[in-house]
Amino acid sequence: MPETNVARGGVEPAPRVEYELQLYYWMKLIRAFEERVSRLHRQNKILGGVYSGAGQEAIVTGICAPLHDGDFVAPLHRDMGVFIMRGVDPGRLMAQLMGKETGLSRGKDSFLHGGDLEHGVFGSTSMLGSSIPVAVGAALKFKMKKDPNVAVAFFGEGASSRGDVHEGMNFAGVHKLPVVFVCENNRYAYSTPLEKQMAIENVADRAVAYGFKGHVCPGNDLLAVLELSERAIARTRAGEGPVLIECKTYRYRGHSEHDAALYRDAEELIEWQSRDPIPSFEFYLEKKGHDIKRVREQIDERVKQTVQAAVDFAESSPLPEPQEALEDIYAPPGAPISPKAPNSSSNGAR
Amino acid sequence: MEVTYLKAINSALHEEMRRDENVFVMGEDVADLGGAFKATEGLLDAFGEERVIDTPISEALIVGAGIGAAVLGMRPVVEMQFADFIACAFDQIVNNAATLRYRHGGKAACPLVIRAPSGAGVHGALFHSQNPEAWFTRVPGLKVVAPATAYDAKGILKSAIRDGNPVVYLEHKRLYRSVKEDLPEGDFTVPIGVAEIRKEGGDLSIITYGGTLGQSLDAARIVEKEDGLGVEVLDLRTLLPLDREAILATARKTGKVIVVHEDRLTGGIGGEVSAIIMENAFEFLDGPVRRVAAADAHVAFSGPLEEFILPSTNKIVAAIRSLAAY
Repeated sequence: MPETNVARGGVEPAPRVEYELQLYYWMKLIRAFEERVSRLHRQNKILGGVYSGAGQEAIVTGICAPLHDGDFVAPLHRDMGVFIMRGVDPGRLMAQLMGKETGLSRGKDSFLHGGDLEHGVFGSTSMLGSSIPVAVGAALKFKMKKDPNVAVAFFGEGASSRGDVHEGMNFAGVHKLPVVFVCENNRYAYSTPLEKQMAIENVADRAVAYGFKGHVCPGNDLLAVLELSERAIARTRAGEGPVLIECKTYRYRGHSEHDAALYRDAEELIEWQSRDPIPSFEFYLEKKGHDIKRVREQIDERVKQTVQAAVDFAESSPLPEPQEALEDIYAPPGAPISPKAPNSSSNGAR
Repeated sequence: MEVTYLKAINSALHEEMRRDENVFVMGEDVADLGGAFKATEGLLDAFGEERVIDTPISEALIVGAGIGAAVLGMRPVVEMQFADFIACAFDQIVNNAATLRYRHGGKAACPLVIRAPSGAGVHGALFHSQNPEAWFTRVPGLKVVAPATAYDAKGILKSAIRDGNPVVYLEHKRLYRSVKEDLPEGDFTVPIGVAEIRKEGGDLSIITYGGTLGQSLDAARIVEKEDGLGVEVLDLRTLLPLDREAILATARKTGKVIVVHEDRLTGGIGGEVSAIIMENAFEFLDGPVRRVAAADAHVAFSGPLEEFILPSTNKIVAAIRSLAAY
């Protein structure tokens, strides 16, 4: 297996300087990993749907960084970064995308439908928003068993139109469950713009209807996301009930790699790219006194090695045997029911 | 003590919740009311509101939250107030629960039971009479059961709760109070995937389950008495996975088979049972496999319409006589 070089979330935020460099590393790794995936897709080395989250890295990084072992996360199809942040081996993730035996689903599904419950990541389906009730159920378990954990459900503003989202949030509000709803509002549901999806400005405004707080934050600003998520997750963990965090953002690429996104205004993309989360965080680090050129070089080198190791691992992994299509359909009698607790030791550099 | 089908379900829930603290019940009106049919009666008093949870009218939430709790090691038993309402949770069941283990590389389990009061014959009309089994019996990853006796209702529910997979548990409303029997004291289970011969016979086989087992047995007794025909009755009990061996054994034994179910004819389980027999026991057959099932209509309200649509003892008797004469 390749060197993973990532730390699971739940890192103590002290010393702060080191933590901030780690956050920078995570954003860079997620960006580089996804760019490599897009390239591999163009080279026909990754088939099927590829849904890039490029431009939205600050959200997964800022939301997942304060999470603890045992927390439950249901990512959206664009949240590759969640897997990386939770400590899933990037090699296995890349193998998943290539349909290899060593992937999370052993070749059974592509992209982000493969989950890794040992790292607390639930594999979502393509029915957007359907993971919201699931995360609510995980939170129900935490409350019933008095576990000190939270569930986090990512969804887009597109998914927010689905009934599952309403049903899940309503129930979570009734029972004051420890669940954090994270809306990544990137303004488009495939090609359909915001104004054709909803008659109000903010998804977060709906939270009040469910009896909990909704916050809007600039999703491309890592520090803003982090500040909000640290506070909101801590409150939810302390038993104060659900919270909805809406992060305003933008996806750089089309809905999938097949989509040239010609329905969007070129100016709009440029405008959002000028608010890219990575350079603005570099600016912050520089103001804090880092030699940003040196930091960037060092981090880029680590990122490059990690991504290359992931690709090497995936490419050298075998494809599944055909008859494995009939495996893993049913849990046999006596199969373990709950995932084994994740290894509490960190598996990476900080 | 004689126990009704309904009470058998209720006592299975009590006993399983007592046995395993990870078992909990969730659904519409299951707590205070004890369920629309009283299947969950007494659970709230015995186990408290933490484990007996009334939900809003939110079927997708009920199943989806069940999935979330199940993957973390709980064993939720969720209720659809009527099986008809399961359509509202269809996506969560077939796309989410059923594919869960597959898409997690075999490293996840979903020990979830979805109880669904199904079936017609109680003047329930279009939306309180459906038999939705065929929506689910072709979905890998699910198990589908349909008990017809009080013993099975209890024993299969216990097996479903202890299973590591999502189980759609169809309980027939008409049987709730009309079917009863003496049940043994103490813990017992009935395995999922195993059919049961309810009556032996050598001339002809009826393969059935759930709501039409009683009618099939009545019809078998009538033709035995009036025509001297020995009819074997096989109760499938589990619809996914089917007990292929039991199906083929009875087909090979009698050479004439009628499949009876209250679900609609087209696309019903009868077609699959028939195909299994054709592919594997063709040379044993002395006549075509016949089906007695609901007409390809919705289950209508008005008496004459409902009667016309549904299978009945008389319709089964007629089918037996026709096939016997073939």
